[in-house]
Amino acid sequence: MTGDFRIKAAGDSGLVVEFADRIDTAVSARVLELDRAVVAARIGGVLETLPTYRTLFVRFDPLAADAGSLEDRLRALAAAATGEARPGRLWRIPVAYGGVHGEDLEHVAREKGMSTGDVVRLHSSTIYHVYMLGFVPGYAYLGGLDPRLHISRRMNPRLRTPAGMVAIGGQQAAVQSIAAPSGWHMLGCTPVRLFDMRREKPFLVQPGERVTFEPIDAARFERLDALAGRGEKILEPEA
Amino acid sequence: MSALVVVAPGPLSTLQDSGRWGHLRNGVTPAGAMDMIALAAANLLVGNPPGEAAIEFTLAGDTLELDAEGARIAIAGDAAITIGGAAASPWRSFSLKRGDRVQVGALRRGARGYLAVAGGFATPMELGSRSTHVRSGLGGGPLRAGDRLPLARGAAAGGGDVAIDPAALPYLDGAIRVVLGPQDDRFTAEGIATFLSGEYALTAEADRMGYRLDGPEIEHRDGFNTISDTILTGSIQVPGTRKPIVLMADRQTTGGYPKIATTATASLPTLAQMKPGDRLRFAAVGVAEARALLARQVEAMRALPAALRPVLRDASTLTSEALLATNLIDGVVGPDA
Repeated sequence: MTGDFRIKAAGDSGLVVEFADRIDTAVSARVLELDRAVVAARIGGVLETLPTYRTLFVRFDPLAADAGSLEDRLRALAAAATGEARPGRLWRIPVAYGGVHGEDLEHVAREKGMSTGDVVRLHSSTIYHVYMLGFVPGYAYLGGLDPRLHISRRMNPRLRTPAGMVAIGGQQAAVQSIAAPSGWHMLGCTPVRLFDMRREKPFLVQPGERVTFEPIDAARFERLDALAGRGEKILEPEA
Repeated sequence: MSALVVVAPGPLSTLQDSGRWGHLRNGVTPAGAMDMIALAAANLLVGNPPGEAAIEFTLAGDTLELDAEGARIAIAGDAAITIGGAAASPWRSFSLKRGDRVQVGALRRGARGYLAVAGGFATPMELGSRSTHVRSGLGGGPLRAGDRLPLARGAAAGGGDVAIDPAALPYLDGAIRVVLGPQDDRFTAEGIATFLSGEYALTAEADRMGYRLDGPEIEHRDGFNTISDTILTGSIQVPGTRKPIVLMADRQTTGGYPKIATTATASLPTLAQMKPGDRLRFAAVGVAEARALLARQVEAMRALPAALRPVLRDASTLTSEALLATNLIDGVVGPDA
């Protein structure tokens, strides 16, 4: 039993269970364990949950659920969530690095005093933890970037970056799920669509799963991109 | 296929329903109508469920033309309207025939109005909703000239047209009710007092994503950087400028500024009708009071069908029998008169 969390009201239709004020995989494990517990408990009036780095948001129908008793229920479930480690599925995401696919690769290498090959090796040899999805549909916040690649954001954000952009910013890494503005450094592009309405399951990676990157050449990128462009699934997760 | 054709769009018109809920965990913004009361009123006038998709127009409406045998539409919002060139009143339904042109002009009051069609629009459902979220591309984009909005049911529904008195709509007057938190502990006691006592005005940066407010500066405790977490429709965050931002329907799902308070659901429609330059104050309520306010509002919305009044087709045929038959007199000299 661990009582080191607190529950706060988020308006009349939400409760937030907050575990700690830091980003690490142990805190994330507790958030995700509570998320599974709340979903499994099928509490009347609970509409949906949203796990983030250190909080679980629970949205409920205020006219169907009593906030007080829901809070008691969450308190019990949160106390039981000890942060049992449960390694999620691994997605090995193919990336074409540099050139037209990664316009900032050389800049990052210069900034960090290493070769572009070193940047690619450091970036693609790490296994990242998916903390949460947010910002835009399917956008995954990845933790675990090698400290040698920590870098401040671009002075000037790009107003439009493509879906599939693989980028780093601050201490984080990300894969862009749809075209969107971004101030992060673009290392490469993946043909994998993290979000595609045409698939039976439109969202690919989920919080608690793991992501790593596999360098591919431009020709392979083109082949896979053509398949993905037709709505075909080009990536399966590993257990 | 039967359609309403966009001849000339207003400044920002989009299709919106009750929102794309259930996908917050995947980063999907709910979007949906900013003012659920006015959306429900427009739908009620044409016999639709309250959350059916309708056109939400901003400050001024659209010019549309019917390409179908007939259709019934309704407009919620104090806009100047012409139908087939003749002036008409909002807050009622109209039975259109092929080629009829509806021109919805500027709103005399409020920021957003709704145009609903009997049976609803037949645009594709995406993740359970027809709501437009421009940033993610879900639900299409803003209306453009030449767009054909497919109608789910081409023919006009039976029965006569109806009207409603907008005074019957349960908007909350006075201060915008908020529940403090979830990060009120990131502000000093003075900062919270400033937030609750100050008068704020909507700046020009006020759209479906959020309203940037101008007014007294709110003091943080321990800076303004936080770890990104959930943002709600109605979350009030205070960034480094120390001026609050109220996040609205098209907000992101997650973000990283401290949230001093969350707007009570019952106050969201009032907020939705504010425009740049409008002034407001915030008043803190407890969760139980916010819930009670919402329960009363929902109750009043459920009672609205009883407030519908028939509209006579042609004023020259008015007779006392017809008035009695349609119960119109009751509406004029009823208990509220």
